[in-house]
Amino acid sequence: MKRVQFGHSPVPYLFVAPQILIILIFFLWPAGQAVYQSFLLEDAFGLSSQFVWFRNFEDVLSSDSWAKSAVFTIVFSFIVAFLSIAISLFLAVRADEIIRGAKSYKTLLMWGYAIAPPVAGLLGSMLFNPLMGDLYILLNSMGFEFNHIQNGNDAAFVVILIAVWKQISVNFIFFLSGLQGIPKSVTEAATLDCKSAERRFWTITFPLLAPTTFFLMVINLTYAFFETFGIIDVSTKGSPGGTTATLVYKVYVDGFLGADMGSSAAQSVILMFMVSILTIFQFRFIERKVHY
Amino acid sequence: MYQSKLRIITNHLILILGSAFMIAPVWIALASSTHTREYLFQNGLQMWFGGHFLENYGAILFDPAATKGRVTALEMLFNSMVLGLGFAIGKVVISMMAAYAIVYFRFKLAVPLFWVIFATLLLPLEVRIVPSYEVVSSLGLLNTYTGLILPLIASATGTFFFRQFYRSVPDELLEAARLDGAGPLRFFVDILVPLSVTMIAAIFIIMFVVGWNQYLWPLLMTTDDQLYTIVIGIKQVYNSLYEGGQIPQFPKAFALTIMATIPPVLVVVIFQRMFIKGLVETEK
Repeated sequence: MKRVQFGHSPVPYLFVAPQILIILIFFLWPAGQAVYQSFLLEDAFGLSSQFVWFRNFEDVLSSDSWAKSAVFTIVFSFIVAFLSIAISLFLAVRADEIIRGAKSYKTLLMWGYAIAPPVAGLLGSMLFNPLMGDLYILLNSMGFEFNHIQNGNDAAFVVILIAVWKQISVNFIFFLSGLQGIPKSVTEAATLDCKSAERRFWTITFPLLAPTTFFLMVINLTYAFFETFGIIDVSTKGSPGGTTATLVYKVYVDGFLGADMGSSAAQSVILMFMVSILTIFQFRFIERKVHY
Repeated sequence: MYQSKLRIITNHLILILGSAFMIAPVWIALASSTHTREYLFQNGLQMWFGGHFLENYGAILFDPAATKGRVTALEMLFNSMVLGLGFAIGKVVISMMAAYAIVYFRFKLAVPLFWVIFATLLLPLEVRIVPSYEVVSSLGLLNTYTGLILPLIASATGTFFFRQFYRSVPDELLEAARLDGAGPLRFFVDILVPLSVTMIAAIFIIMFVVGWNQYLWPLLMTTDDQLYTIVIGIKQVYNSLYEGGQIPQFPKAFALTIMATIPPVLVVVIFQRMFIKGLVETEK
């Protein structure tokens, strides 16, 4: 808050009104609706519903398909976050050292931010198309017996590859600006003391980038949780047999395609809970970072 | 700083490989979109251009039959533009105003309202997607631009960006303005908005790209083809690729993909410096 502020007047209410109105109608109302529905059980025809306390939650949490999807989501999110962070950090360190052509490399590596996840999904699924996909043909000619239509692990590989590809540019942008924020005097002193570039990286650069890396970890996990919806929906659609369906994708499949509102709402509420924890975690960290 | 020759060469090699990795899928899509479907079917995806650029792109842009619906890609591009611009303008205006109220005023409801706004950060649209659909449908807003854009604006990311920025504006400005007799409205319009121009531009660019790339929400709430955005159109074309036992329409799917990609990529590349500054500074 500011030290100097305006006194009492109707102005702040008028200014905050549009935002609050939109939040009331399009956020609080649906969120409340989700919580309410998660306690209801509809009959098979959706004609009547009954208040069942926590039965939907019990059903969801004890179902095999939800547990499978939860495990996949967590494994998938960490692999995607780790790989895309590692690759882009590697590229950013090299790009930071470059003098000639630095600008061109930066442009070539950052434009991917603008690609929509479903577009990435379509590009990926074309490359893995069994009829003519270059990567599909390549992997099989190398003797992998690759088949992502039937094999769950192969399908997961495809989704992970696309998700990582799509996320590299965002991480690259943050790492490069983090690296450029390290004072030249520090890197020069380090060069005098230590000849090995690799050791310099692990003892000086990487610790200095720790806040950026941590922040990106949270961003990437959130991305893998939510924004990969478009990638999955266009590439594997959760197949084969739900092995590549993340929790968010499952909410959509059960709620819209399966029309099981109670279960879908309960899944939403569980997800809300998980995300809230992630966000509060992120905010605590960011507030701390701002202060030092 | 001293660098060995070997290190410089490997640096370039690594960055060239990295750039190639990023560009290859889009390049293949671009090259393949200029061939006929029979040619692709026989020879696989292409790395170089064929002679059917005008034919494929012309059909997609102007002939509804090519996009398997009643809308052409041109109309989809228009819808995407409306969504991108509407989302960006709405978000910037609403969050600038809300942040102003929160940072510069002492009023009774300030704290509870701040927490209501904060709560929206906890729950992305994806997790409350089904009830949001029901709310929009009961308001009769399905298949309207309003219903498409407003629920997406109901998250407070922009408000927090502006809040952060206003807090960095020196207090002396407000003191001086008040001595000169400027009221709250005057201060906002004549001093704060002009000061925020770079910030506004940066957030606008980011939000335009985010809005253009929306997928799940438009997918659910536009049941009428007339409102399809280009990103949704891709899915429709892709879904109907194998219909009727014909040779799949890969070139047209690729052409649509390229057209969905060009506008946001251009915006990001052209306004690169502003965009990166906005992204890195606001997300902290």
